[in-house]
Amino acid sequence: MRTAVAQFEIEHLGFLDPAGDLLGELPADIGSLEQIKRGYRLMVLTRLFDTRAVNLQRTGQMGTFPSSLGQEAVTVGFSLAMQDDDRFLPSYREHGAQLCRGVTLLEQLLYWGGDERGSDFQGPRKDFPLSVPIATQCLHATGIATAIKLRGEQQAVVVCCGDGATSKGDFYEAINVAGVWNLPVLFVVTNNHWAISVPRSAQSKAETLAQKAIAAGIDSLQVDGNDLLAMEYASRQALERARAGGGPFLIEALTYRMGDHTTADDARRYRDDEEVSKYWQQDPIPRIKAYLVAHAGWSKDDEEALQNDCKQQLEQAVKDYLATEPQPPEAMFDYLYANLPEAYATQRQQVIDKASTNPNGADHE
Amino acid sequence: MSEQTLIEAVNLALLHAMEQDEEVVLLGEDVGANGGVFRATDGLQQQFGPDRVMDTPLAENMIAGLAIGMAAEGLKPVAEIQFMGFIYPALDQIISHAGRLRNRTRGRLSCPMVLRAPFGAGIHAPEHHSESTEALFAHMPGVRVVIPSSPGRAYGLLLAAIADPDPVVFLEPKRIYRLVKEEFDANREPQPLDVCFTLRSGEDITLVSWGASVVETGEAATQLAKQGISAEVIDVATVSPIDMTTILESVAKTGRCVIIHEAARSGGIGADIAAGIGEHCLLDLLAPVIRVTGYDTIVPMARMEHLYLPAVDQIVTAAIQTMEFE
Ligand SMILES: Cc1ncc(C[n+]2csc(CCOP(=O)(O)OP(=O)(O)O)c2C)c(N)n1
Ligand SMILES: [Mg+2]
Repeated sequence: MRTAVAQFEIEHLGFLDPAGDLLGELPADIGSLEQIKRGYRLMVLTRLFDTRAVNLQRTGQMGTFPSSLGQEAVTVGFSLAMQDDDRFLPSYREHGAQLCRGVTLLEQLLYWGGDERGSDFQGPRKDFPLSVPIATQCLHATGIATAIKLRGEQQAVVVCCGDGATSKGDFYEAINVAGVWNLPVLFVVTNNHWAISVPRSAQSKAETLAQKAIAAGIDSLQVDGNDLLAMEYASRQALERARAGGGPFLIEALTYRMGDHTTADDARRYRDDEEVSKYWQQDPIPRIKAYLVAHAGWSKDDEEALQNDCKQQLEQAVKDYLATEPQPPEAMFDYLYANLPEAYATQRQQVIDKASTNPNGADHE
Repeated sequence: MSEQTLIEAVNLALLHAMEQDEEVVLLGEDVGANGGVFRATDGLQQQFGPDRVMDTPLAENMIAGLAIGMAAEGLKPVAEIQFMGFIYPALDQIISHAGRLRNRTRGRLSCPMVLRAPFGAGIHAPEHHSESTEALFAHMPGVRVVIPSSPGRAYGLLLAAIADPDPVVFLEPKRIYRLVKEEFDANREPQPLDVCFTLRSGEDITLVSWGASVVETGEAATQLAKQGISAEVIDVATVSPIDMTTILESVAKTGRCVIIHEAARSGGIGADIAAGIGEHCLLDLLAPVIRVTGYDTIVPMARMEHLYLPAVDQIVTAAIQTMEFE
């Protein structure tokens, strides 16, 4: 005889419709208006940053850059719900979350401008730097969470990865160990529908990515990732639970990559403009602004002040970035080991000499 | 005959291999509609369909493992790893299986697959996109490691790699993907694996290199010629196994050798070549063998990347130092 031995369900959470109107009654503990205003500001700043960074790349003043255009509510949403002493492990498209965590605009510009000092950020000293090798960070998050748990501390870990990343072993291995060891980790899977040119549908036959958590015995939720209220709320609940020993959680944040994969990509080769325009109607920024206008008396003056303030902050950061002197060449060696082994002393001197005789590296510009 | 860049030559070799042999299939991330992030597979899915040009889910270990199974079944998979920096999850499959299947089964099963990957620094890419770790693969028995240095060579060697009955890691120096156009005869003929190519003959000194560094090495030879020094330039091409015969014959003639590679110095293939010269040519040597290489560091990010790469003047200086050795 066959009998059902387990049954599962995946829920979706959203509070705002695309116009910013409420879909129903909000829970009593929804994010405070002060929090949401802070989130809105971060989203606006993130979008300005993205636009400016792409522009800097196009004019040869920055390296390859991945825009987070359209995904601002995801990254700002979960990071608003974090406490300072939680840990964050980004993928590479979470500029908003890093800003929220206290990584400065200048530090982020330095990183994308090809300067390692951008990862030595002064704010959240225990957060990890960006992770370029897809999904590898998911495992680091479980290690950090294990350390927190062993010490009996009450912090949580947030790790981000994309829809594409959920195809990789690292992701499965991480959710598995997080489940079986009951680790305080929140996995945020940013489902922006594309992994470069590969659509979500070609990545997995699973109906939702949230359900991947089921196999690991982890609770999960699909969240409207373009709804700041929902992202903040779902993340806050998951983090409070994790800090209290309730174990891991997975959020599949549904959003859309409005821009090219990076400045090195041309998305028109593989997706229709029509699909992109459709998603502009889901834009998370006007949506949350409409909510603030309706519920927090957000005025034209407030908006203007915010825009001006963000632009000023950004332009100052760009100025500082462009004026930052390069590192000394020996920096290449000086952070490889706690104490540079004597074996490398000659090479270290060689690069110093090379830089002084060939400062521009004429062969390789 | 037409002028092609290295990346166009790769594309053409894939096209010709697929036309010639139905068993050749391509797989990898973004190789289909997008034609590969560098356009190596541009147009091929349109021409051969998604069954022969497969966009895979994002997982390199899976890509290598898939290719091994396909190859054992008699397909000839050519898998693209988007950047060499992301090949490491596949190392298990390559070292534990691709290189061992023939040996373990005493020839009953084999693994005629190619893993292509762009590699090397110099294009201002983000972190993890710039390393040259060919030596890791050279250390794996049963696996060939092939690195072209020009469009024509890329075309011929890739055809050979695909036709070869064993696994080949085919590393493409992305810094020179579009650097030069070369006219070559796309005659569907493979060029030989397991041999070095002498690109320029000379009498005074042997310069040995591979991949993108061949460009700077050639430029150094030109500068040396102006100073009356006649340099022989050898492109190793198949860096594992190495054709030491060609190198030894050259060094026996010139008595001097400089080895140039972009990869980190220690544990590099240059060390193997120098050891071979030491073993077999000691009495012909007029000077110590010198290496000009990348440093034993993580390749710096874009702002300092140029300092990492072996430069023409470093090669020239090393050659002159060798010439002046007494
Ligand atoms: C292990 C690995 N393989 C390949 C790449 C190249 N690559 C960079 S981003 C990307 C797509 C990632 O898609 P997804 O996980 O959905 O994240 P998104 O870019 O959409 O934010 C690929 C294939 C990489 N960085 N790491
Ligand atoms: Mg994605």
